[in-house]
Amino acid sequence: MNPVDIFIDIFLLLLMAAVAIAIVRSHLMFAVVMLSGIFSLLAAVLYVHLTAVDVAFTEAAVGAGVSTLLFLATLALTHVNVEEKHKPVRMVPLVIVVATGAMLIWGTLDMPHYGDPEAPANKHVAPRYIQDSPKETGLPNMVTSVLASYRGYDTLGEVVVIFTAGAGVLVILGRGRRRWRPGVKDEDGDNAEEERA
Amino acid sequence: METVIGLFNYWIVIVLMMAGFYIVIAQENMIKKMVGLSIFQVAVFVFYISMSNVFGGTAPIAAEGFTLYSNPLPHVLILTAIVVGVATTALGLALIVRIKEEFGTIEDDRIRDMEEHGEESEA
Amino acid sequence: MNRHSILRVVAKLMIPYILLFALYVQFHGDFGPGGGFQAGVIFAAAFILYALIFGIENGRKVMPAWVNRILLAGGVLLYSFVGVAGIFLGSEFLDYNVLGPTPVAGQHYGILLVELGVGLTVSSTMIAIFYVFAGQDI
Repeated sequence: MNPVDIFIDIFLLLLMAAVAIAIVRSHLMFAVVMLSGIFSLLAAVLYVHLTAVDVAFTEAAVGAGVSTLLFLATLALTHVNVEEKHKPVRMVPLVIVVATGAMLIWGTLDMPHYGDPEAPANKHVAPRYIQDSPKETGLPNMVTSVLASYRGYDTLGEVVVIFTAGAGVLVILGRGRRRWRPGVKDEDGDNAEEERA
Repeated sequence: METVIGLFNYWIVIVLMMAGFYIVIAQENMIKKMVGLSIFQVAVFVFYISMSNVFGGTAPIAAEGFTLYSNPLPHVLILTAIVVGVATTALGLALIVRIKEEFGTIEDDRIRDMEEHGEESEA
Repeated sequence: MNRHSILRVVAKLMIPYILLFALYVQFHGDFGPGGGFQAGVIFAAAFILYALIFGIENGRKVMPAWVNRILLAGGVLLYSFVGVAGIFLGSEFLDYNVLGPTPVAGQHYGILLVELGVGLTVSSTMIAIFYVFAGQDI
C-alpha cells in the first residue's frame, strides 16, 4: 500500500466531488454540460489509476465525448441557456438527501476496506477468471474474454438494450414522424419518402 | 486513520450519488435532471471499480512476471453499463426535445402547471 | 462555405487515422485494452466529426440511413447467429468451444465475431442518434 497511490486516489475523488457540487449550484446550462464532460474525464483518469484500463477507455470515449456532444445538441435544439428560476435551496429534498446519505455512510462502516485482496467481491468467481481464462480462451485480456465468452448472455442483453435505445431515438425524432402528426402540413413529406427508400 | 483511508472512496461515492439524487428530485430543468442522472450513474461506476481494485494488483491483462491482478468482473459489468448509459441518456434527451416541441418549455413545474390548468400550447 | 478551412483540412487528414485506430482497437482488443464497445464509439466519432464539419447532408451521403439501419440490426443478428451456431454444432447457445477445431481456436473465432457484432451495433447506434439530433430543425 503505497501512500502516493492513496494520495492520488483521494485527490481525484475530492476533485470529482467538487465538480459535482459545482454542477448542483450552477444555473448556466452550457456550464453544467461542460462540467459534466470534465466530470467524466476525471472519472476516466481515476479508472486508469484504479487499473481498470478498458473502463477508462470507454468512459473517455463515451462519457466525455459522445455524451457531452448529445447534451450540447439538445441545448441547441431546445434553446435553453439558463434555468428559469433561481430557487433558493429547497429544504424537503435537502433533508431527504442528507438523511439518505447519512444512512448509506452508516452502512459502509463494516464494508471491506479499499484495496483489500480478501474482500468478498474479489473471492467468488474472480480467481477462476484470473487463473483459467488465459488458458481456456487463449486471450491475455481477461476483460475481453469474460465480456464476450464467460458472460456472453449478459453482453447479448446489453447489445439488445443499445439497439432498442437507438431504435427508440429513431422513432421519437426520426425524419418521417412529422407526416403522422395531425395539424402539421405535409412539408416534410419528401424527406420522409427519401428516408424510407 | 486506517478506517478513514479504507472507507474514503465509499464516502465520496455517496457524496456524488447524493449530489445526483438532489439534482433529480429538487431541480426543475429536465436537461439538468439528465446530467444529475449521469452523475448518479458515474457514482455507481466508481463504486464498482474501486471495489475491484487490489493493492499491488495490475490491470487484468495477463503478462509475464505478474501474478496479482485486479478483479476483471466489475470491469466487464461497468464497461457495458457505460455504453448502455449513453444510449439511454440519448433516449431521454430525445424525449426532452419532443417535450420542448409540444409544451414550449422543459421546466418540470411549468409543465405541471399547464396540465393542471388545462392550458393548451401550440406546438 | 469557405470558412473553417483549417478545420476542414485537419478533419480530412484526421478521419482516416481515426477509422484506422477504431479498427485497431476492435481487432486488438483481445490482447490489449479495447474491444467492440470502445471501437464502435471511436468509429462513430469519425463519422460524427465529418458530419459536424462538412454538414449533416454530406454526412448522410457518406453513411445513408438505410445502410446504417441494416448495420444497426446486423450487429445484434451477428451476435445471435454466433450463439445459434453453437446449438447447431451440437452444444449450447453461445458456447464457442465447438466453433473451431480445438476449444481454444473456437473461443477465438467466437469472441472475434461477437466483438464485431457489438462494434457494428454500437457504432451505428451512435451515428444514428447523432444524425437524428443534428438533423432536427426547429
